[in-house]
Amino acid sequence: MSLESVIRSEDRLGDEPAQAVSADMVAIAKKQRLQDAVFHRVTQAFSLLVLAALLGIIVSLFVNALPTFQKFGFPFLWHVEWDIINEDFGAAIAIVGTVASAGIALLIAVPLAFGVAVFLTETCPVWLRRPLGTAIELLAAVPSIIYGMFGLFVFAPLFADYLQIPLQKILGGMPLVGFLFGGATNGMGILAAGIVLAFMVLPFIAAVMRDVFEITPPILRESAYGLGCTTWEVVRQVVLPYTQKGVIGGIMLGLGRALGETMAVTFVIGNANRMPTSLFSPGTSIASVLANEFGEAEALHFSTLFALGFLLFVITFVVLAAAKVMILRAEKAKGN
Amino acid sequence: MKMNDTLYRKRRLTSLVGLTFSMSAMAVGLAVLIWILFVLFSNGLAALDGHLLTSDTPAPGTEGGGLRNAIVGSLMIVGLTVLVSTPVGILAGVYLSEYGDRSKTAELTRFVTDIMLSAPSIVLGLFVYAIAVATVGKFSGYAGSLALSLIAVPVVMRTTENMLRLVPGSLREAAFALGAPRWKVSTFITLRAAKSGVMTGLLLAVARISGETAPLLFTALNNQFFSTNMGAPMANLPVVIFQFAMSPYDNWVRLAWAGALLITLTVLVLNILARVFFREKVGS
Amino acid sequence: MSDIKTPVKNAIEVRDLNFYYGKFQGLRNVTMNIAERKVTAFIGPSGCGKSTLLRTLNRMYSLYPGQRAEGEINFYGQNILDPKQDLNLLRARIGMVFQKPTPFPMTIYDNIAFGVRLYENLSSSEMDDRVEWALTKAALWNEVKDKLGQNGLSLSGGQQQRLCIARSVAVKPSVLLLDEPTSALDPISTGKVEELVHELKTDYTIAIVTHNMQQAARCSDYTAYMYLGELIEFGETEQIFFKPNKTATEDYITGRFG
Repeated sequence: MSLESVIRSEDRLGDEPAQAVSADMVAIAKKQRLQDAVFHRVTQAFSLLVLAALLGIIVSLFVNALPTFQKFGFPFLWHVEWDIINEDFGAAIAIVGTVASAGIALLIAVPLAFGVAVFLTETCPVWLRRPLGTAIELLAAVPSIIYGMFGLFVFAPLFADYLQIPLQKILGGMPLVGFLFGGATNGMGILAAGIVLAFMVLPFIAAVMRDVFEITPPILRESAYGLGCTTWEVVRQVVLPYTQKGVIGGIMLGLGRALGETMAVTFVIGNANRMPTSLFSPGTSIASVLANEFGEAEALHFSTLFALGFLLFVITFVVLAAAKVMILRAEKAKGN
Repeated sequence: MKMNDTLYRKRRLTSLVGLTFSMSAMAVGLAVLIWILFVLFSNGLAALDGHLLTSDTPAPGTEGGGLRNAIVGSLMIVGLTVLVSTPVGILAGVYLSEYGDRSKTAELTRFVTDIMLSAPSIVLGLFVYAIAVATVGKFSGYAGSLALSLIAVPVVMRTTENMLRLVPGSLREAAFALGAPRWKVSTFITLRAAKSGVMTGLLLAVARISGETAPLLFTALNNQFFSTNMGAPMANLPVVIFQFAMSPYDNWVRLAWAGALLITLTVLVLNILARVFFREKVGS
Repeated sequence: MSDIKTPVKNAIEVRDLNFYYGKFQGLRNVTMNIAERKVTAFIGPSGCGKSTLLRTLNRMYSLYPGQRAEGEINFYGQNILDPKQDLNLLRARIGMVFQKPTPFPMTIYDNIAFGVRLYENLSSSEMDDRVEWALTKAALWNEVKDKLGQNGLSLSGGQQQRLCIARSVAVKPSVLLLDEPTSALDPISTGKVEELVHELKTDYTIAIVTHNMQQAARCSDYTAYMYLGELIEFGETEQIFFKPNKTATEDYITGRFG
């Protein structure tokens, strides 16, 4: 572009006022560059600590578990035995207890969480939404040991009298499902643990569901209402399919938490190292075994506990990673 | 178009049932919360007496006793954890927000951090046992703090990063425009602007770790006596509650309830403080 | 053409500047000068590149990867596009005020002091003087002198913007870049800021981007008209507005399009 403007040959660059850049300033600028470099590296190092921790966890658990893995190999996973004296161990009992209690917890928590999320996003009057939402979040804040105590002292006796005994009477004799309701009715067991666990994970699932329900574009909802859909239909046919990925992510988040819970489960699961035969049987979860037996464990018992810990970590990690991926995808689809 | 009356009525009924269900779900959730708090208060208050803060945990079979050593021990362990995880977590959050932005490592870090937030805390206890107890040969308050830090740092990191991201880019640009070096922009300007949100994150992290039992089981263990030596097994409320609750001794069970009440009060107060505090600052 | 005056000293000379946002070219072969202690205005319709050009002058774009500039920008003898250029030092000498007032989350006093403390070591009384001086220059002193300890965010919009101007002035830069400084303000505050610009130019070189042509006509000595990333015409304000050389310029000025 030609200089068809007032750029005349007489015009020159001036001299910058002398006080503008002193040697002091240059020195300060140099020091700042150094400070910046240090700050960058220090903060970066701190942020990498998390990755280092993850690596450390996997490695140290595996290394400590090695004797057990070497002795039993893959069959360790389905071996049904827990004999400390003869050093014959299998992960099956603990895995079954963990998965069963978590599964029951989800069966109860997911519909409830869905209900809570629907209530908070559709029916609840606006001024109540914040306080009620906070109340549900407080359920998550209550420490797991409190749930455990509540489960043991309050819930268990009530559960025994009002649910276990009647259920056993009514359904105990039935052909296909009868076996599920056999066993001691002392208020503990797999089902009891599952119920207590359900209320621990309920708020997490509800929170994720509510969040994804809230970012459904209003235009979608409005179109559905405009067609004459009832509220329930809007939720089921429009909001739910749209937020599918996020909902699944929330459920998996709940699962991940349920699998790893220690205290809430330990108090009511009965802590018996036998394979549970009914919903009322005492059983054990991986976390409970660790909590109960670590103090006195030696030799192979000790490394077996690490082996269980390693398995638990891997399982929960995979579930939580899948949950995160689903939630991320749900957010990306909204252009977040 | 003639509307099918029965069909419409059925649909409306379904909706009504569904919405009633959802309201009941909410009610159930609230009821459980209230029930737990009620039980906690009625059992815990009954167990509160003058000795709680002056006596230490009683030996098996002895009468009375208090929770002094456990309370002090918890305060020290949580205190050390906060001291360590606050700078680490905040600075790590600063990195992710101000420097790391889109790099693959930063994305991976965020991903892993979020998973660590929900990871089973008992496994973290195992890990710290392996590296800080087995190696040294004894349980310690320091190991307990380390285990709790593994939980607190991810919480602080994520909230710090999220709060920093909310600070508008124009504020940063204004600081850069004065010739400020990046580290000053990140700390004096951006972090300061996000101050209340970061504080909230800290409060929530403290609330979270105050109630954690599993990580302390294999690290700080427990101590029947009063001690301020963090290099040795240290008494703490959650583990004491765990031991006492399932025991056959009456006074132990009473103390367990008292301890449970103390922990829950702390956690709830911190949570409510965090939410009110944050809302106040943001609202202005 | 206006009468030939004494040779103009330039603070900044821009030569063949090309700018890219990733693959998109935001500026094409821009060549012009910013005269010392004069006000140079940049006008043009939205998206013409005037803010882009302003932001190259203090390398503000360097904060964002993917944005790059090619060409030469000479600031008192230094090519600021040189990769070795210390950006912090540069920005201490070329200040910028933005469209949206952005007071720092600190007291009014600290808002001003923050920039000064970066490069100067002043005693507390010297700092007090500097703060007063800067706020006076920004015509804000009388309004805030009793509340220096209050948070900067407690001021009104117009006051906040003058605070930002005071902040930039306090570090005594050679050049002040103003990016649509009044578009978020009410007319009275706008008038006050325009008065300020007029006073500030005795000591500072000023470049101002504005979408308000009348403002450019009122405040500036030189005007550059830009369109779609190109510099269409550049000259003394009087000439541009009353006898533009190009039809394109004339069309924009007279409102035939824009």
